[in-house]
Amino acid sequence: MIDQSIYSLQGDLRLKLIEMYHSANAGHIACSLSCIDLMIGALIHHKKEEDSFILSKGHAAASLYVCLNHTGEISNEELKTFYKNGTKLPAHPAANKFTGIPFALGSLGHGFPIAAGIAKANQLKKNTAYSYVLMSDGETNEGTTWEAAHFAVMHKLDNLIVLIDKNGLQGFGHTKDILGDTASEEKWQTLGFEVLSINGHDLEQIINGIDKLKKSKNSKPKVIIGNTVKGKGVSFMENEMKWHYLPLDPGLYQQAVNDIRKQYRA
Amino acid sequence: MKKYTPTEKKDTRSGFGAGLHELGKKNPNVVALCADLTGSLKMDAFLKDFPERFVQVGIAEANMMGIAAGLTIGGKIPFTGTFANFSTGRVYDQIRQSIAYSGKNVKICASHAGLTLGEDGATHQILEDIGMMKMLPGMVVINPCDYNQTKAATIAIAEHEGPVYLRFGRPSVPVFTPADQKFEIGKAVMLNEGTDVSIFATGHLVWKAIQACEQLEAKGISAEIINIHTIKPLDENAVLQSVRKTKCVVTCEEHQENGGLGDSIAQVLAKHAPTPIELVAVKDSFGESGTPDELMTKYGLDTVNIVEAALKVIGRKS
Repeated sequence: MIDQSIYSLQGDLRLKLIEMYHSANAGHIACSLSCIDLMIGALIHHKKEEDSFILSKGHAAASLYVCLNHTGEISNEELKTFYKNGTKLPAHPAANKFTGIPFALGSLGHGFPIAAGIAKANQLKKNTAYSYVLMSDGETNEGTTWEAAHFAVMHKLDNLIVLIDKNGLQGFGHTKDILGDTASEEKWQTLGFEVLSINGHDLEQIINGIDKLKKSKNSKPKVIIGNTVKGKGVSFMENEMKWHYLPLDPGLYQQAVNDIRKQYRA
Repeated sequence: MKKYTPTEKKDTRSGFGAGLHELGKKNPNVVALCADLTGSLKMDAFLKDFPERFVQVGIAEANMMGIAAGLTIGGKIPFTGTFANFSTGRVYDQIRQSIAYSGKNVKICASHAGLTLGEDGATHQILEDIGMMKMLPGMVVINPCDYNQTKAATIAIAEHEGPVYLRFGRPSVPVFTPADQKFEIGKAVMLNEGTDVSIFATGHLVWKAIQACEQLEAKGISAEIINIHTIKPLDENAVLQSVRKTKCVVTCEEHQENGGLGDSIAQVLAKHAPTPIELVAVKDSFGESGTPDELMTKYGLDTVNIVEAALKVIGRKS
């Protein structure tokens, strides 16, 4: 059973993170809006204390901060320091400031090997913990993705759950035009992963999908390809590449708030 | 001078292999990772006796560093093994972000460092690794001199919490340090007390410094020989104490002059005790294919070069 109150987080956390970006006059807003639902499903709903969650697309740091704010690890006061001098919440997560962020993240292609290492440690310890990692589809351009993927298959890491935020856009182009579709179902299937392709904004699909993969003890590592929309929830940002980097001016901020309120009844 | 008689010749990488095997027996948290160079790194004994704690990652060194970083969660102590060039330059960003900046307890164990790799040539003869590694905040950098010291260092670094770069080599070299030595990270080892010149050496060059000391003695020169097995943190007290007595310095290493041991010592001297210094190191050059001995001669890293540097620097004393 899915606790119905979790659905309100889709609006609440979106409002929180755009407020953070607006106050900081910072970019990467659309990147966070793209993956926030996958994070609510994995990090907030599914993750247990013994599990680990690595946000490999570290530029979506605000989405991680609002989730850890919801779980109680980052205070409201702390959240207000985003981007400020001396903050523990920089644009790309710093290591060891919070238990929930044990690694520095931001240079792409690092999180998947780390998560595979954590899964390997869990396997060696014969415990039941899961290792989650969230990557962007653009990030799968990085060669370490394919090194870590082969490692995960070879070492039968069925305690590893990879989530791909597949919004089809990367920093300066469509993924299909930059290096092709490095996050296609076929590729991951061929590698030997158990693959689930879902709507990456539908919480029910996300939560039930992870549930299904966790129950599947077949020695295969798991990947959820979350088909997403970059900037999801803010009409003028959706599928617009420029919102990878642009900050919000006050007028557009209000419009974004209205959009989110309307769509999510937050 | 104090006499050193080698018991035999052995490769330092075998010292690593023996140390790792020892650790396998005494520390259940130690895990070993290798990028398909098990034989070259002498990790076979560990693999044979502790197969469940040996992680084969294939020829994928960047992934190996990330896997090692992840393995530390929950208390494992990962030792990665590959050649020194693949342990450093190839994977610098992985080490920088996931290990050093993230403060993870990974031991990066690097073989075949320097010119003495020999015939495989310049592609594999890394001479910049000490520089790259010492620049990373919090990274300990160790370059032991013989089989016994490499074994002792391997065992010692498991007790140190934090990232370590352990550098060793391919060829058989004289074994002259005690088998039962206690390895103290960051503590220089006095090999011969002298009054005319301080010779600070690391790695394979320590034995050559001892030989140079004998030749200098024949010329009536009293050389102090100090083994700097830990380049970072540098034993600054040992350096300054020696220099106050001798008033001139020679450094010796199988590494680029830029970024190596000599660089670190020159910095300490410039800050605390400006002193004439000569650096026996590779001068802004890549290596090439050749036998280890031929290359050490050609690139100026031989006993004769240490003697010449000592005579030159003594002449510079005011």
